[in-house]
Amino acid sequence: MNNYSSKLVNRAVDELSKLPGIGRKSALRLVLHLLKQDIHEVEALGEAIIKMRLEIRFCSSCHNISDDELCEICRNPKRDHSTICVVEEIRDVMAIENTGQYNGIYHVLNGIISPLDGIGPNDLNIISLVDKIGQKKTNEVIMALPTTIEGDTTNYYIYKQLTPFGVLITTIARGVAIGDELEYTDEITLGRSILNRTPYKGTTEYKD
Amino acid sequence: MFLEKLSISNFKNYPEAELEFSSKINCFIGNNGVGKTNLLDAIYYLSFCKSYFNLIDTQNILHNKSFFSIHGTYCKNDEQHDMISCTQKISQKKQFKINKKEYGRLADHIGLYPLVMISPYDRDLINDGSEIRRKFIDSVISQFDKFYLDDLINYNKVLYQRNALLKQFAEKNYFDSSSLEIWDKQMVKLGNNIFIKRKKFLTEFIPIFRHYFEFISGGQEKVTINYDSQLNNREFDELIAVSLEKDRFMRYTTAGIHKDDLEFSIFTYPIKKFGSQGQQKSFVIAIKLAQFEYTKKVKGFKPILLFDDIFDKLDDSRVEQLIKLVSENSFGQVFITDTQKPRIEKVFSTIEIDHKIFEIRENKAFEIPNGK
Ligand SMILES: [Zn+2]
Repeated sequence: MNNYSSKLVNRAVDELSKLPGIGRKSALRLVLHLLKQDIHEVEALGEAIIKMRLEIRFCSSCHNISDDELCEICRNPKRDHSTICVVEEIRDVMAIENTGQYNGIYHVLNGIISPLDGIGPNDLNIISLVDKIGQKKTNEVIMALPTTIEGDTTNYYIYKQLTPFGVLITTIARGVAIGDELEYTDEITLGRSILNRTPYKGTTEYKD
Repeated sequence: MFLEKLSISNFKNYPEAELEFSSKINCFIGNNGVGKTNLLDAIYYLSFCKSYFNLIDTQNILHNKSFFSIHGTYCKNDEQHDMISCTQKISQKKQFKINKKEYGRLADHIGLYPLVMISPYDRDLINDGSEIRRKFIDSVISQFDKFYLDDLINYNKVLYQRNALLKQFAEKNYFDSSSLEIWDKQMVKLGNNIFIKRKKFLTEFIPIFRHYFEFISGGQEKVTINYDSQLNNREFDELIAVSLEKDRFMRYTTAGIHKDDLEFSIFTYPIKKFGSQGQQKSFVIAIKLAQFEYTKKVKGFKPILLFDDIFDKLDDSRVEQLIKLVSENSFGQVFITDTQKPRIEKVFSTIEIDHKIFEIRENKAFEIPNGK
């Protein structure tokens, strides 16, 4: 074990190095930096972290991060509540919000189906999605999951669950990112995007 | 397309070598262990960006040296001359360049200079388990069908996921058909694509193979390759349904295209048990020649053909047949290694074909002048 001649420093390094992307060397650098800081600044940092973790809530409707029972997006009457975009994780909400192109609401699954990682449908926020669509008038569900085989399989599972409601299900256009020159896109991506050209409906891809 | 010039530094046992080739037949002659095959491997590198034998690139550097390099000049359509370079330094990334410009992805290079290698290791195709035979068809089809490769990669992912789920069912003692069904669906869709393409490929491939086998063997022996797949007899979705009980018991997926195999037979008996060494050798050579022919058809030009020490255990008449065959116009540039100088010289005394013979000794290659 590393010994920094202080158990306090040792413990701080231990904790910091548990964070993603932080090794013990970087953790030590951060600790030494904090030791040089004004004590009030370090207090403010610690308090912000503790408060954030203790008081943060997850929106009871879409499972996005929130300060209240419902998140700002779900509370906003100007947004189109009949369009729901289904995403894997909170980060995806932020990415789509950053585009400024979307005015509907979200539903965060908190993962995708992957038995190899021990994640089944019941570990995801799928039941609450089905409930929501059963209760509120929904025109369209946009599936914005990763374009991996696991993402595709999760699409299919949700599609099966939502079929009884007769709601329109779409997926985001795949492959060609906006701004990509078509000729520089690799052939599989381009081929797929031609095969799966919009409007894409779960019903065409997955007809029985 | 052919390789005009090869120069190598610190590659395997060669400190330096520079060779100019015939556009038809080139022979490397020398005793066992002098490094004839290493020259073929350098040529193989230029086509596939890796060694045929040792996948750890840095281990191909000459002992105590800090790098190896391979440069090849290829002539395409009689006028275009491209220089392909591969450099590997110790503890650095392998560099691959065309006309001094580095490739973004090695995958962009593979397939531009097609090559077929025939080596003693090909006997594994007969002797090993079914995996090597699936790998063989997969690699040939993937060369011209990137969608096939993509489906194959996804099929394998689905297979792992489905197996993980079956294991979970058994360990946690439950069963949930709705979470299994979604993987079944993917598996059937991808598996059917793969099955159809394998079948179509083999329908075209097998007659070419038989043609070559007959040529090498003189037409006395009747051989067949049979595509053995559970999907031949049953639709995949039906197959998955009837295998469910067994899958749950075994905790893995027992049916599907991952169980496909090729049956090799001679006079309707498995060649692995009933073929002589010579027959087995002719069999795998015919497979590789058919691969050559197929690749040529798909690419529109002739791949380079490498024969590594395959004349061993073949009688002289079969050797002569083979060299006559590859001298024909339907073949392009050919590289051959052999230990028997008299045998090679005798063959060329009877065939009118442009050729060069190099003698390999003391980690150097010497061209032996000949009449042609
Ligand atoms: Zn919300």
